[in-house]
Amino acid sequence: MNITPTLPSTEEEIWRYSRIAELDLSAFAIATARTETIGLDAVRVNDSLAGIAMNGTPDVFAELNAENAQTISLRIPKGVAIDGVIEIIHHIEADGIVAYPRLVIDAEPESQVTVVERFVSNDSVKSLVVPVLEIRSAASANVNYVGVNQLGLRTWMIAHQQTLGLRDSNTRVNTIALGGDYARVRAEVRLVESGANAQQLALYFASGTQMHDFRTLQRHEAPRTYSDLLFKGAVGGSARSVYTGLIRIEKNAGKSEAFQTNRNLTLGAGAWAESVPNLEIETNEVKCSHASTVGSIDEEQRFYLESRGIAPEVAERLVVFGFFKDVLDRLPSNVDTTSLEAEIAEKLRREEAAQ
Amino acid sequence: MSTLKITGLTAEVAGKEILKGIDLELNSGEVHAIMGPNGAGKSTLSAVIMGKPGYTVTGGSVTLDGVDMLALPTWQRATAGLHLVMQYPTEVPGVHVDQVLAEALSARGRDTKEMSARIAVEAGRINFDASLVSRAMNVDLSGGEKKRNETLQLGMLEPKFAILDELDSGLDIDALRDCARRVEAATHENNLGVLAITHYVRLLEELKPDVVHILAAGRIVKTGGPELADILERDGYAAFV
Repeated sequence: MNITPTLPSTEEEIWRYSRIAELDLSAFAIATARTETIGLDAVRVNDSLAGIAMNGTPDVFAELNAENAQTISLRIPKGVAIDGVIEIIHHIEADGIVAYPRLVIDAEPESQVTVVERFVSNDSVKSLVVPVLEIRSAASANVNYVGVNQLGLRTWMIAHQQTLGLRDSNTRVNTIALGGDYARVRAEVRLVESGANAQQLALYFASGTQMHDFRTLQRHEAPRTYSDLLFKGAVGGSARSVYTGLIRIEKNAGKSEAFQTNRNLTLGAGAWAESVPNLEIETNEVKCSHASTVGSIDEEQRFYLESRGIAPEVAERLVVFGFFKDVLDRLPSNVDTTSLEAEIAEKLRREEAAQ
Repeated sequence: MSTLKITGLTAEVAGKEILKGIDLELNSGEVHAIMGPNGAGKSTLSAVIMGKPGYTVTGGSVTLDGVDMLALPTWQRATAGLHLVMQYPTEVPGVHVDQVLAEALSARGRDTKEMSARIAVEAGRINFDASLVSRAMNVDLSGGEKKRNETLQLGMLEPKFAILDELDSGLDIDALRDCARRVEAATHENNLGVLAITHYVRLLEELKPDVVHILAAGRIVKTGGPELADILERDGYAAFV
């Protein structure tokens, strides 16, 4: 039995500006992605840990994922630091399918792990991937996650990331979005015990007719919790991007600190980026800031490089590439960014050629 | 020997005239200090010489060995031999110092093979942490580190003339001494000509000026020898504005 669920509409604030109205879920048959994994055998558990970080089911896509998930559950034992980087690569290979991968990371106290999850398809594949990520960082655990969207230009993505941070834990969720036709990530961190720290970092670059869409939530539910978000994106051609972010500090979360920065670079006259930062603070004695910009290349930066004797077109290329490199430089140091740099450089070259 | 010649230079910012006729001639190996109170037009002068956007030249000329600098784009003024050390060096996220130096040297047709070795030497001369050159330009640097970084670039690029826009602002006394001594050394080693724009006399204790100009309300109101700086130190600008 396959009942087509009711999809949300752009009337809802969290779906505003999205392309949800174009989605016909009945056009996609449920199937699994072909998933490759590297280095996770020692920490993979057979029982599903799904739900450990969820806070209800936020929307119909989280529900559909829960019903149909192809789940990978990892448990990092107490006090264990995993050497190297665990890699999970989902290949969406068939046309007309919808895949529901779910990755659950249960980091026990004082454990440490770095996981890279990549979503890959080629440009001819017109399919949909609806991934869910759950991370639960127990006391003093250190979790580094890097999600990479390298989907083809006809593939859609509607993703949900949910983390739960316990006492003195460090959770870093990094997202690199280069691919997809319409690619959306709902990225939520919850800090539920004091000393918990969450960092969210994203790089997105949409060109042609691509659209990247991010909805973030930094939810502080305990005193002395810390969150820091830096999302940097560029749009070229007639591409679009949306960032809407909320910092929410609950009544009992005094002495917390939360920061949110969203920077958007518009590379083409037909490109469009929207940035909407928000704060909801229910208590005093907190340190919060948000900053958001949308614009073309920074003239001061360009002038600085030109004043060193660098020609304008070279200076511009350096500044634009630096905009992205700034994010790559902040990724966990054990993650190799060489191929990402090459892919961004190639995308920039195509963008320049198209102008 | 080279000559940087400024003649009757007038300029405005947002429709307001800031420079009201500047005349100045600077030769290789010379150090000229331009001193003046806030709002005199000191930073505007450095910005106009280098072609910073937002400044409009309304008259006069700036030539380097007879070549009209004002007709050239900024980057070609730099490759022709002008170098601006900025008061507030711009942060350029994700663009590393060594990357900029490599591009800047290539633009001058110079070899970059020995660059790393030269950076190490230059960094050592000014007590700059050489590992910072593989980090983003001016990002997360202290005031002193930023000025050392500016001075390192000056040493690496070997311009004919340096315009120092308040090299002495925002740094501690040790960093000031390191940077000022390095510039002074370049006047002997490379015959560098220096236009040192400053508010205070302390820079000139290490960087010995041959000529001191007092800039007030967009004009050079007095030109003299190093003793002029001492008079300013004693009496302030009141007598000249």
